Amino acid sequence: MILFALQTLDLVSTPSEANIARNVFFGIIAAVMIVAALRMVTTKNIVHAALYLVIVLAGVAGQFILLGAEFAGATQVLVYIGAVVVLFLFGIMLTRAKLGNEERVDHDNRIPAILTAVLLFAVMGFAVVDFGGDTLFEPTRKASSGELGAGQIELAEQSTLLVSDAIFSQYIIAFEAISVLLLAALIGAIVIARQE
Amino acid sequence: MYLTQFLVLSAALFCIGVYGVLARRNAVLVLMSIELILNAVNINLVAMGAFNGTVAGEVFALFVIAVAAAEVGIGLAIVLLIYRNRRSIDLHEVDLLKG
Amino acid sequence: MTSALASLFAVESGTAIYQTSGWFLENVWLVPFIPAMSFLIILFFGKKLPNGGAPIGIAMVGVAFVLSVLTAGQWISQVNYADSHKSEAAHCESLEYDASKVSHGDDHSGDDHSGDDHGDDDHGDDDHGDESGLGLYEGEQALAPVFAVEAGDGDGGAPCPVIKSYTWWSSGGHDITVGTMVDGLTVTLLVVVTLVSLLVNIYSTDYVAGDRRYTHFFAFLSLFTAAMLFYVVSESVIQMIVGWELVGVCSFTLIGHWWEDQDNSDAALKAFLTNRVGDIGLLIGMIMLFFAAGQTSSVFQINAAATAGAIPQTTLLIASLCLLAAVMSKSGQFILHTWLPDAMAGPTPVSALIHAATMVVAGIYMIARLYGVFFNGLSIGGSSINALALIGAVTCLFGAMLAFVQDDIKKVLAYSTISQLGYMALALGVGAWTAAIFHLMTHAFFKACLFLGAGSVAHSVHSFDMKKDMGGMRKFMPHTYRTFLIGSLALMGLPPLAGFWSKDEILAGTGGWGVAGGTGGNGAYTFALVMGIMAAMMTAAYMTRVIYLTFFGEFRHVPHGDDHGHAAQADAHDAHGDSHEDHAAHEDHAAHDPHESGPRIVIPLYILAFLAIVSGFLNFPKGFQLVPKGLQTRFEHFVEPRAAAEYFPSISHAAPSWTLAIAATGLVLLGAGLSWFYYFRLVPNQELAHDATPEMIVRSRTELVNGPTSKFSALKGGHTALVNKYYLDHIYDKGEPVETSGAGIMASLYGLAAGLGLGITLDNGLDLSLNTALISGVGAGVTVFAIVFAALKSGTGIASFTKRQLAEAADWSNKHLLDGVVDNVGKGAVRAADVVYKIDQGVVDGAVNAAGRASSGAGGGLRRLQTGKVQQYATYMFAAAAVLAGILIVFN
Repeated sequence: MILFALQTLDLVSTPSEANIARNVFFGIIAAVMIVAALRMVTTKNIVHAALYLVIVLAGVAGQFILLGAEFAGATQVLVYIGAVVVLFLFGIMLTRAKLGNEERVDHDNRIPAILTAVLLFAVMGFAVVDFGGDTLFEPTRKASSGELGAGQIELAEQSTLLVSDAIFSQYIIAFEAISVLLLAALIGAIVIARQE
Repeated sequence: MYLTQFLVLSAALFCIGVYGVLARRNAVLVLMSIELILNAVNINLVAMGAFNGTVAGEVFALFVIAVAAAEVGIGLAIVLLIYRNRRSIDLHEVDLLKG
Repeated sequence: MTSALASLFAVESGTAIYQTSGWFLENVWLVPFIPAMSFLIILFFGKKLPNGGAPIGIAMVGVAFVLSVLTAGQWISQVNYADSHKSEAAHCESLEYDASKVSHGDDHSGDDHSGDDHGDDDHGDDDHGDESGLGLYEGEQALAPVFAVEAGDGDGGAPCPVIKSYTWWSSGGHDITVGTMVDGLTVTLLVVVTLVSLLVNIYSTDYVAGDRRYTHFFAFLSLFTAAMLFYVVSESVIQMIVGWELVGVCSFTLIGHWWEDQDNSDAALKAFLTNRVGDIGLLIGMIMLFFAAGQTSSVFQINAAATAGAIPQTTLLIASLCLLAAVMSKSGQFILHTWLPDAMAGPTPVSALIHAATMVVAGIYMIARLYGVFFNGLSIGGSSINALALIGAVTCLFGAMLAFVQDDIKKVLAYSTISQLGYMALALGVGAWTAAIFHLMTHAFFKACLFLGAGSVAHSVHSFDMKKDMGGMRKFMPHTYRTFLIGSLALMGLPPLAGFWSKDEILAGTGGWGVAGGTGGNGAYTFALVMGIMAAMMTAAYMTRVIYLTFFGEFRHVPHGDDHGHAAQADAHDAHGDSHEDHAAHEDHAAHDPHESGPRIVIPLYILAFLAIVSGFLNFPKGFQLVPKGLQTRFEHFVEPRAAAEYFPSISHAAPSWTLAIAATGLVLLGAGLSWFYYFRLVPNQELAHDATPEMIVRSRTELVNGPTSKFSALKGGHTALVNKYYLDHIYDKGEPVETSGAGIMASLYGLAAGLGLGITLDNGLDLSLNTALISGVGAGVTVFAIVFAALKSGTGIASFTKRQLAEAADWSNKHLLDGVVDNVGKGAVRAADVVYKIDQGVVDGAVNAAGRASSGAGGGLRRLQTGKVQQYATYMFAAAAVLAGILIVFN
């Protein structure tokens, strides 16, 4: 879509140029996400943490769209930012957390935690880099049919279509299971949290 | 776009989330960090899916979102219960299993 | 006469050569069986039967007697048949005796005893032939094949004994058999035993009337008769051992009939145990013979093997000596005779039956039965001394000497029996086989007569003590006197009574009197002749003494108010019963003199006296001019086995001599005369000093108060030795200690005797060098001297030494040595267990406890990890996961 938008705006003429644009956007969003995440886990203000979480979640949605998964991105925003964070805020409110800075937010476990996190990152990073993945790729999907016209960049099909096709055919069982899971979670939450 | 960058981003978010889980005292914050982790995984999933040209990654990411939502609901319910019982959600104080 | 007998007892003839024997000969097992049945009936039902079962006993023994006589008749016709068919020669058996079979005991020796069937079924397989080594057909036995004329005697064929044998059990391929063996010796003993038993049974109905164990007595009389008959008809040595022991048991039971008296049961025990000592020899001897003869227990085969020379002479000698030990104990030969006088504690009928006529001759019978063994083993033929003759002669003489100092009439007769048994042993020892058996028969009759007469006398005066209670009995008991006198004359050996013939034959058989013109005999046993004649003189002397003390003089028995206080022997007293009603009769006794016994006592006496007279006529010596030839040596003709029958050695018979007979009789009369002079002349007319004490006066009625023994100390010493029975009882069992000089003398005498005896036996019998014989003799003599001296000096007999010191030593060694070992082993085990315990506690349990402590410590340590803080757990988890992932990546 972005590509389409860009193409429409005639800002980009070649695929490689589209690539650079994508990389740039990725970098910005990634940087914002990381900073927000870091702030989220270090801030003493719980509400700030929740807001930082929102930023991260939005960034994740952006990444999704960069990757051509529009439906996932939209769902992300809707569900996560729209419901989960609200839920968090409710939780914060109901548990009488101090709306402001709170001391004793951090654990004594900080150093081991940092070390563990760093270690983990090192391992994973090494693995990722070692994996390769230098290849460029574009988020294309197989076109159902049709051929490219001359001078036309192949457009990705709309992901939503594909996703729905997949969900309701290939992953139907998982879909049903998820719905049951949600039902269970719903009931469970009510049962757990109700007042006697 | 390179796959690596998405994966590195995912790893970084994951580790930050791990840190948050391990280091935060407030239960809600821990839950939030868990959300962070889940999102990192989502990025990973979608990136891999896009790289391979399948839609499976996206689909699973959707499922993960759904599960995460459910899990947050339950988790917060539990936290509320803890709060009701103990008047505090400081995880430091929840050490009944101390040996 | 023989032909008449032959027609009376028809004998069926089978084939031309082999003659099947008569019914009685084959069924002679009935003869012991019937008294055995009598025993059982009386034992179980006697109390309910009238007269306490005695008639049953008498009747059945009577039947046995009749059967014995008929059997004897059939045997006689058997012998006649053999004589008349002597041209048809055959063997009594077809043995192949070779050295291998005898020494190694091959299995071949086992196949002879075809006696595997147990019945009388007629197998009639004549075609079987003589595959059985005994020449006997299966089961069915007896043949009297005739044989070649026996060299020397020209007497006719040799009848074979009638043998029926059944396998009792077999082990290791060798059979132990039982069965019957009938030949002349057997029928002789059968008749004698059953006859004397019958008479004793009749006699006992009066003698032990009213006894507290009347029925029991008769039961055991029957049992004894059955046992003795069983012994006599034995076919195998094992059976002989069984019979031997059985008669010993019966003797024990009957001697101790009145066991309430300690003395009686002591005497019974002494008899039994002394016999036991000899039985060791019996067992060893029989076992040796069993193996030496090729592992056969048949008497016939053992004899045949010995006669044929298939058994080495040394083996035969040793077996003979072992069996001789048994004979010494059972037949009262010197050294082991001590039980016989004490056995007089039993009732008189028992003494008459067992200890005069029958049981004591069991030993003599055994020697006679196994004569092949003894004759060859002891080298009887052709030598001048052997163990059997020596022992017989010594017994003969010493027994007679001891009879002089007895006050008890039964004891005199007991020693007389010992002396006469010595004669029989002597006769067997010099090779005069027939003489011995003949003397056995005549002795049974007159000795039983004497015993029963003594019983009759004692029955009326309730005592056996001649000096105190008897005297002048011939006025009161004329029948008893007459029969007793006849018996005594027969015993002394005065013609024409039976004792003369038998004793003279023995003396002639010694063959040691060439100077008196005698010839023949198997050897030159001069010492036997001399000792025999001396004993004959003594016999006459002491019997005269007995007659005087009992039947002549004045009646010394002082009737008391109560007879209980009498020094009467328990049997004489109890013979009249315990019932108090009889005591009233006793009181009457006191009033009047003793009376003659009833007919049931007197008639047997007369019968026996009659036999004592006529039984001698059965065996007139060969060449006796006064009787026709057909009547000479009848006994020998029918009884003695012929050498041609192969189971009897070839013995030679001494030619009888008038000179010897007259000389012997003269000496006997001399002995009797001396005694007569002493008792009939000196004693009643002795003068007593004025200050004679009352007991001297009492003594003066029965002996010379100031006689030779009081004048000469040597004679007094001899008298003391005799009274103490040569101190044998002191040696065997406890007695008072003897002073050193006496002990020394006796010990040296015994040592000398032992040394000489051993030396002579080794020299003569085993033919060892003179040096060896000398050294062994000296050694034995010194040993015996030491033992006897110690026993006499300390007053501890051999038996009581065994009972006390030896037993204590055994107990000590058991407690300290054996138990010590066991205890120490136990203690060692306890200590080992301690060590193991400590190891277990310390090491094993320590390890286990340490493991427990370690794990609890570890747990305690690891517990601190559980802080309860979830985030800490999560930290660990993530860190570990990271590390693992890293490792995975790096090493992948």
